[in-house]
Amino acid sequence: MKELKILAVLVFFTLLTYWGIEPFAYSKMHKSVAYTDFVYSDLPALAKVGDAKRGEVLVKGAGACLGCHGIKSQGLLPPMGPNAAAASFGVNPPDLSDVGTLFDQRFLAELIKNPVKALMLEHKFDGKTKFFPMPAFAGAGGDKNQEVADMVAYLKSIAPKDVSAKDAFTVSCGRCHANRYGDWTQIGFVPKTKSNIITNKDVDLLKFKIKTAEYQADLAKYMGKLPPDLSIMIRARSEDFMKTFVENPGSQLKGTAMPRVGLTKEGYKKVKSYLEETGDPSKSAREALGPWVIGFFVIFTILALLWKRSIWKELH
Amino acid sequence: MAVKKERRNFLGLALGGFTTLGGIAALGAAKRTWDPLPSVMAAGFSVIDLSVTKPNVLYVAKWRGKPIFILKKTPDMEKNPREVIVGDSRYLICIGICTHLGCIPSYFPKQHKFICACHGGQYDSNGEVTKLPPPLPLYIPPFKIDGQKVIIGESSPEFQKLKAAGLTA
Amino acid sequence: MAHFTKATSIHDWLNQRLAVDSVKKVLATEYWIPKNINFLWAMGMILAVTFGLLLISGIFLMMYYKPDTAFAFDSVNYTIMSQVGYGWLWRHIHAVAASVIFLIIYIHMFTGIYYGSYKKGREMIWISGMLLFVTFSGEAFSGYMLPWGQMSYWAGTVITDIFSLGSLNLDGLVQWIRGGYVPGDAFLNRFYMLHVLLLPLAVIALIVFHFATLRLPHVNNQDGEDINFKEESDKYLSGNTKSSKVIRFQFDFLSKDIVIVGFFMIFFFYLVFYHFEFAMDPVNFDPANGLKTPTHIYPEWYFLWTYEILRPFPKNPGLLAFGFAQVIFIFLPFLDRSPNVAPANRRGIFKIWFWVLIVTMVILTVLGKLPPEGIYTTYGTVVASFFILLWLSLPIVTKLEKPIGSKK
Repeated sequence: MKELKILAVLVFFTLLTYWGIEPFAYSKMHKSVAYTDFVYSDLPALAKVGDAKRGEVLVKGAGACLGCHGIKSQGLLPPMGPNAAAASFGVNPPDLSDVGTLFDQRFLAELIKNPVKALMLEHKFDGKTKFFPMPAFAGAGGDKNQEVADMVAYLKSIAPKDVSAKDAFTVSCGRCHANRYGDWTQIGFVPKTKSNIITNKDVDLLKFKIKTAEYQADLAKYMGKLPPDLSIMIRARSEDFMKTFVENPGSQLKGTAMPRVGLTKEGYKKVKSYLEETGDPSKSAREALGPWVIGFFVIFTILALLWKRSIWKELH
Repeated sequence: MAVKKERRNFLGLALGGFTTLGGIAALGAAKRTWDPLPSVMAAGFSVIDLSVTKPNVLYVAKWRGKPIFILKKTPDMEKNPREVIVGDSRYLICIGICTHLGCIPSYFPKQHKFICACHGGQYDSNGEVTKLPPPLPLYIPPFKIDGQKVIIGESSPEFQKLKAAGLTA
Repeated sequence: MAHFTKATSIHDWLNQRLAVDSVKKVLATEYWIPKNINFLWAMGMILAVTFGLLLISGIFLMMYYKPDTAFAFDSVNYTIMSQVGYGWLWRHIHAVAASVIFLIIYIHMFTGIYYGSYKKGREMIWISGMLLFVTFSGEAFSGYMLPWGQMSYWAGTVITDIFSLGSLNLDGLVQWIRGGYVPGDAFLNRFYMLHVLLLPLAVIALIVFHFATLRLPHVNNQDGEDINFKEESDKYLSGNTKSSKVIRFQFDFLSKDIVIVGFFMIFFFYLVFYHFEFAMDPVNFDPANGLKTPTHIYPEWYFLWTYEILRPFPKNPGLLAFGFAQVIFIFLPFLDRSPNVAPANRRGIFKIWFWVLIVTMVILTVLGKLPPEGIYTTYGTVVASFFILLWLSLPIVTKLEKPIGSKK
């Protein structure tokens, strides 16, 4: 009885301290910010029902998307490689194959109509002295809202229903963020090259590294600093920070150069699962081993208890 | 016998003392091994071009592993003896390390102040403390003005003057 | 020369050369422990087991860790965490054990304070224990540098800066400790050396010393009773085990300890597998960057209370207060002026002093993690000052205490 009382006192002070230094302290350190579960309610809903056929014509023609973007799934390559694109725009424009699935349709529509607002970069590109590299869609002569809806419908129609976690990451984050544990650089995966058998130097890899460094220099100039590598970001930031930050970067880092990403909830889950893959790959092994080790010590303790009783029978 | 014992004690003490001397010498060697390497100490000087700076935008350069803050003042910022005048521009040049416990304060351009995230210390645009705990204003590193360039790490009469006036440690 | 006969067994062979029977008797089977104890008396054994876990997991971590500022971070977070077979397990065990061992150390310490196990011949037990605490703090701090994350770097900067001793401005000393102007390669390598060799050696030596200090005064008991160990052990050996007030270390005491170790291990591995965040700070998963201070800098939880005594004051008084907090515990046996060896609940005003001390330290710990803004700085100044006053009042509090007859 007395021992239980002592235990209760220990548990009380331990939990009190734990509560103070973990949940309570973190609630004071990290402000809680508005979060809408990737709904983007600040952007208008699509007023019109889009037609993919008409959208295709716009995307490939008057919409002029292909002047900068590629659509690999349709066999359309971008006009420039990542390095040339970064030299012109600061960052490589994304391939449009998967965007219809990954990004929210309100976001896509606003991005076409008014990219700076969709990306929440008004503080950076005022439209007077500094301009965002992607121009707003001026319309192709008809009802502009209808045209935008058509283009979004087209992008949705060509996008695969299921995008892999890796592709979700490379399209959404990977043009600014490297992931060295996943062998990803801003210009692509590190190629599997071979070193010269005599000199033991891998010239192709060195060339790739130069290209990456050049891209990063352009990117850093555009963003103000080199965006961080995301290899183990999943362990460096809390779940709450990650989702609120991706939904609205400015909510957590005021004035950040990072644009709104515009992912759907599903798209965010994909990105997150890729970050878990590179940042916490032993999670499944950990969760599988846990019960065995704990079970072992439960049995250990039962045996120890029986052994102790047999010894203490003589002592009490 | 007594003489012998005394002699033995003396020899024991002599041996002990002599060994202590050797121990001290060895400690000296150990201390030297812990010293920073010459290549680290001779980290040299940083040259910064001031002609590209814009008012109220903080520039951070690196010198001996430390951040150097360069802030070109706007005309409405008040004059201060700590500032460095180059041509007709006024600058704050200081080591961007909080004098409390060595963190790097961030600059808030709208409020014209530096806030240290570690312990909440604040400095104004002259690097002077406006909120404790920092005990001293941000240090001014040895500097020398050379046209539109400033060399950090090299002393100059201007720097000596600031130092003599007790405006930096 | 001793007389050796042809051995009748391996045991006999060893016994003739190493006197294993006598050694066992002295160290284990006839090493007497009071019977009147509770599970708090098992904390020493839990500490030994946790130290063992740290040693073993540390050996495996050393096999892939690279003490180089360019490789350290990835050798831990990539190589050990995702490539080495069960590397993640060793790291989790090491990190969680390093944190939990301090919880147990604090319980062990406050058990000693509560039951008055630091006086009437037990002063050296307390002092050697506090030396262990200080050395172990150094071990924890040096280990925290090794993953070379943001917290490693910035904690390293802040703590080594303390050696400039405020207005004395001993920058040369700080640079000497670091091996450079700022923490760098030399810094990481020397802390690696301290962490894997010099400090563990010191810890092991001090553990042996701590055990040795227990031998003459014996372990205290729940009532602070002055037991005649000779009389009681004779009673035990003559067969009156039930009425004897003492028990053998092996296996009477040990069997009880092992049960408690078992419960502890269940708790410990629950933390290792499912609840390790408290011991592996998220900020340290950002690589070290000397030009970017993290938004919040705080030490691991077990240093928070001393950190909070340093932080709210201006520089020089802060350092003095910090220095005071670092050393004051060691003087406890001499600050307690009361002759009573009894649990705090029988010591009147000291009982209040004890619980107030616990609460003060919990508050300081929590404040140490909160951002140093607004009202928290005020609270910090008040509570830290109160902590100092509390200790200064101890001689008076204990002087006022009425002597109580030791319970027979």
